[in-house]
Amino acid sequence: MQNEWLYIGLFLVIGIIVPVVPLVFARLVAPRKPNKIKQSTYECGIETVGDSWVQFKAQYYIFALVFLVFDVESVFLFPWALTLKQLPLFVVLEGILFIGILVAGLVYAWRKGMLEWV
Amino acid sequence: MTFWNNPINFIGNWLTGVLTSWHMPAALATILLYIVGIVVMIIFAMTLDIGLVWVERKVVARFQDRLGPNRIGPFGLIQPVADIIKMVIKEDITPAGADKIVYNIAPVLAATSVILLWAILPLASTIYGVDLNVGLLYIVAAGALGTLAIIMAGWSSNNKYALLGAFRMVSNMISYEIPMVIILLVPTILANTMSVKGITQAQSGMWFAILSPLALLIFLISAIAELGRSPFDLNEAESEIVAGFHIEYTGMKFGWFYAGELLHAFTFGGFMAIFFFGGYGGFFGLEKLGFLTWLNIPFVQALVFIAKAMFGYWVIMWVKYSVPRIRIDHMLAFNWKFLVPLSLVVLVNTAVLNKVLITLPSWLYVLGMFGSNILIGWVTIEILRAYGRKQRKAGEKPISPAQPQEQVA
Repeated sequence: MQNEWLYIGLFLVIGIIVPVVPLVFARLVAPRKPNKIKQSTYECGIETVGDSWVQFKAQYYIFALVFLVFDVESVFLFPWALTLKQLPLFVVLEGILFIGILVAGLVYAWRKGMLEWV
Repeated sequence: MTFWNNPINFIGNWLTGVLTSWHMPAALATILLYIVGIVVMIIFAMTLDIGLVWVERKVVARFQDRLGPNRIGPFGLIQPVADIIKMVIKEDITPAGADKIVYNIAPVLAATSVILLWAILPLASTIYGVDLNVGLLYIVAAGALGTLAIIMAGWSSNNKYALLGAFRMVSNMISYEIPMVIILLVPTILANTMSVKGITQAQSGMWFAILSPLALLIFLISAIAELGRSPFDLNEAESEIVAGFHIEYTGMKFGWFYAGELLHAFTFGGFMAIFFFGGYGGFFGLEKLGFLTWLNIPFVQALVFIAKAMFGYWVIMWVKYSVPRIRIDHMLAFNWKFLVPLSLVVLVNTAVLNKVLITLPSWLYVLGMFGSNILIGWVTIEILRAYGRKQRKAGEKPISPAQPQEQVA
């Protein structure tokens, strides 16, 4: 058991090293001549207008909230889906009841206009 | 256990024997062997990635009625090598005011999140990294690291277009993760396991694509959205926000974003093959016939898997180069108002029918599952048609003729 996760741990370490190697190599090989024009922020070839930290649209936050609810629901559905074979039909209907409660939440969000992109 | 049966374990045992005869402690030998295996797997994935650059450019060219790269090497096969050399020797321009640490970590994280997926991808019945018994959950988790890389890239670039692209891309990716996770529960129910190898083995009788074609369709759509490819490619809408979150990246850092996206697309093609098309096996039991037993050799299975993954990748490319980009509000409405309810209906349908029909003979089971999917698809299309009809009628309502003005005085 621990051997599998040791493999994944080593994979993570080597998976971080592998993309870094060409970047380090590029740093040794590529030219580096920074000047002010090259390092200026790109905006379709003109001078930048206004702040670069544009205002965060609140609608993204609403979508993230709805995503969070459904993500937690799916975490609960994983063990339900895994054990369906051994358990009677009643358990399937229980799971459907759980999904139904969350679908009611989705319908509520829909009717309240939370899923619109204003 | 011979080399042809089980190449990795065969070589592993031989190497362990050699290392312990040099009086190395067993734990250190195991770690060393793991590292060798991991490096081989990653090199294989990277080589495939280089080939994919060539495949992508040739296929997009043919879709657009032109030839594609054909100067460098026969049929342009050396083109990706030239691309890599170019990207490594290009100057690395960091924009002024960028957040240096986050700016440098983002492309590494994007590449790592894709490489991590290759730890559990089974190329054959005995050629794979590990066989986790929570493989499905691991896939969803490792894929989520890519989303983090995108917001890091957009945030640290000190560029409003990068920031906008990153916001849109992240809201896109997290929204489409819900139908994907829910649909991934369908192979779990049908195979009764979350391990990727177990799901492949459960399809030796019948592909899950036939048992649940709607699940395949929803998985395809949400996979394309997760990858950030057209028609969901708002993050790099070339005509709108000029390369989106990776505007300010040059040289090899951009190279990792690009190569990472292609490898990610191929890996999702591989997952489509595993979860729905039988992976490295899935010959409907034909491989037990006498003259077809060579289909069980691991190297042949690996070729079969790569062919199926290429088919999945080709479908993803086909969609990319045929369909125009979708607007952000249409994209999010499509997900929350159509895909999420539909995927929940498919999940419920699979769970109930799997329980009820499992006692019947197998052809009746297959027919029941397939037929129920067709029924759900038909009902969905009818609902959409009725809705469309209602919208059209509301738009075409004739404007009542203006009442003639009463003459005043």
